[in-house]
Amino acid sequence: MTEIMKTMLSRRSVLGAGVAAAGVLAMPAILRAQEKSLKVGVYGGYFKKSFDQHIFPEFTKATGITIESVAEPTGEAWLVQLEQAAKAGQAPADLSMMSQTSTLKGQSTELWQPLDTAKFKHYGELLPQFINKYADGRVAGIGAVAWYITLVTNTNVYKEAPTSWDALWDKANADKLGLLALASNSFLLEVTAKTFMGGTNALDTDEGIDKAFAKLAEVKPNVRLWYRDEAQFEQALKSGEIPMGQYYHDVTGLAAKDGQPVRSTFPKEGGIQDSGNWVLSRASKKVDEAHTFIDYMSQPAVQGLMSRNVGTAPTLKRDVLDLKPEEFAAVSSDIAPIIPRYDLYVSKADAINQKWTELIVG
Amino acid sequence: MRREPPRSLADYAPLFFPALMLIVFFVVPFSIMIAVSFFKRNPAGFYTPDFVFDNYARFLTTFFGSVLGFSLLLAILVAVCCVVIAFPFTYLLTKRSRAVQTVWLVGLLSVLSLSEVIIGFAWSTLFSRTAGITNLFVAIGLMKEPVALLPSFWAVLTGMVYQALPYTILVLYPALVRLDPTLLEAARTLGASPVRAFFNVVTPALRNTIVATLIMVFVFALGSYLLPQILGRPSNWTLSVLITDQAIYQSNMPFAAAMAVFLVLISLALVGLTLLAGRKENAL
Repeated sequence: MTEIMKTMLSRRSVLGAGVAAAGVLAMPAILRAQEKSLKVGVYGGYFKKSFDQHIFPEFTKATGITIESVAEPTGEAWLVQLEQAAKAGQAPADLSMMSQTSTLKGQSTELWQPLDTAKFKHYGELLPQFINKYADGRVAGIGAVAWYITLVTNTNVYKEAPTSWDALWDKANADKLGLLALASNSFLLEVTAKTFMGGTNALDTDEGIDKAFAKLAEVKPNVRLWYRDEAQFEQALKSGEIPMGQYYHDVTGLAAKDGQPVRSTFPKEGGIQDSGNWVLSRASKKVDEAHTFIDYMSQPAVQGLMSRNVGTAPTLKRDVLDLKPEEFAAVSSDIAPIIPRYDLYVSKADAINQKWTELIVG
Repeated sequence: MRREPPRSLADYAPLFFPALMLIVFFVVPFSIMIAVSFFKRNPAGFYTPDFVFDNYARFLTTFFGSVLGFSLLLAILVAVCCVVIAFPFTYLLTKRSRAVQTVWLVGLLSVLSLSEVIIGFAWSTLFSRTAGITNLFVAIGLMKEPVALLPSFWAVLTGMVYQALPYTILVLYPALVRLDPTLLEAARTLGASPVRAFFNVVTPALRNTIVATLIMVFVFALGSYLLPQILGRPSNWTLSVLITDQAIYQSNMPFAAAMAVFLVLISLALVGLTLLAGRKENAL
């Protein structure tokens, strides 16, 4: 009898365990359905890795919204994918990190949902260049990441740091420069306009653009390398093979910290500040979560976290930030930046590109 | 062996697979490219299906003409250099023992495993002032101080010849191995020196192989776009570099497609001309 009881019990307990197990297995599905989530597109590679490691886990901890990060391909491929998916009512990512030029291009097809700025607690503290607006004033994007391109030099070759972008034009620097190979990523027209023509407004007219091109043509004999691939220039800068050029401020700072003989200088005309926005696809249904995300990302503490861990320049005014002076200097500067004329790379893209190519190839 | 003309559909069956592959991997993509090359470019966005000649019109300028001319000349020069180096080399290689040949061929095959990026960066280091070969020349007293050998046209040419040489040798090898040795023996018996026999007997006997190899290397070199960027100045950039710029950085697919179609057509025409000239000479 006891034997039978034992068997019965064990049978029952086995059954019970089975039911319990089934319940446990079913639970996460129910939980997951209630859990909030957001798909966020970030530039693949370094940015995605740093965000996955330092930023997204903190966001989930603070808000309970899980992030599924999607690596964006380079160039405008992601814009094209978002546009085509949105036509089919799909959003491969709800929010995406989008270059300024691509943000403007997406505006032309109303690809971005207007954002409700009342939901961003620190909206008033954003620097003006990090609010991207439609022509009628609706907000299309909020600054996500920003970085500086500055004048970099090899310290063994140049004992004194240059102070102005006009060093690029100096005849003494013949065949010594490494510059980015495209008008739309080197922003040298803007540098020319700011250094010699009183500001980037000089590029408003075609005559102004022609004048900037003519001035820029004088730089050509000084250029040894027009690079598309960053590794190509970084290596040459470190070795002193190409001792001067334009490069990323944060990366150069890291290399200097590693003991490489390089330095990054903010010229008196300002460093070039390039940036990307957070934009929300019109096909996305996660409007609330997206606003929560942008609000979170625009907090001074999170901007500080990004500056320290990802190396991006803060999108907020300096006085609200908790960055120490040396932390701020590692990613930004108090000298007013040269802000690229992204509008030109949309409205006059082909003409500028053609002139640029003829300038450097011809 | 008697050859029978195919009678039923089944007799054509062996052709289906290659035909299918050719359609899927060549005809369809190339047709899409031709179609896109007539589409209308929208600078603020993408492109819209249309039938316009703007993209071709933009290409027909002296600027793009000179870039195209440079690309073709560079590819021809690479092809000629490769064959001039590879032909005697492969000929001498076939005269060695089996074991020696195997070692050489394995070595050449291993060069093929290097990507264009690695080749480019390796040569850019070798040609640099700070770490390059000129430092060696200084050490042995040939030069006063190290100089940078890049960016320059010669650096581009060297890199591209290096990259294409293993292909050239591997294409020439089977033909040279199968060359009838009695031809040479006859020449030697009739009193020709080895060098004379090589130029007057071996080279003409393999004329078609040489032409085919030249064409293959030419087409191979025409597509190169990384080495000219890494080793050359902008004036050494090929049309492929500008196509990449348009397609990837300017998202101007219609113009990129038009340039690519142009490049394909011009190279097909050149290949056709070469074959035609070859046939005429053979007929004489």
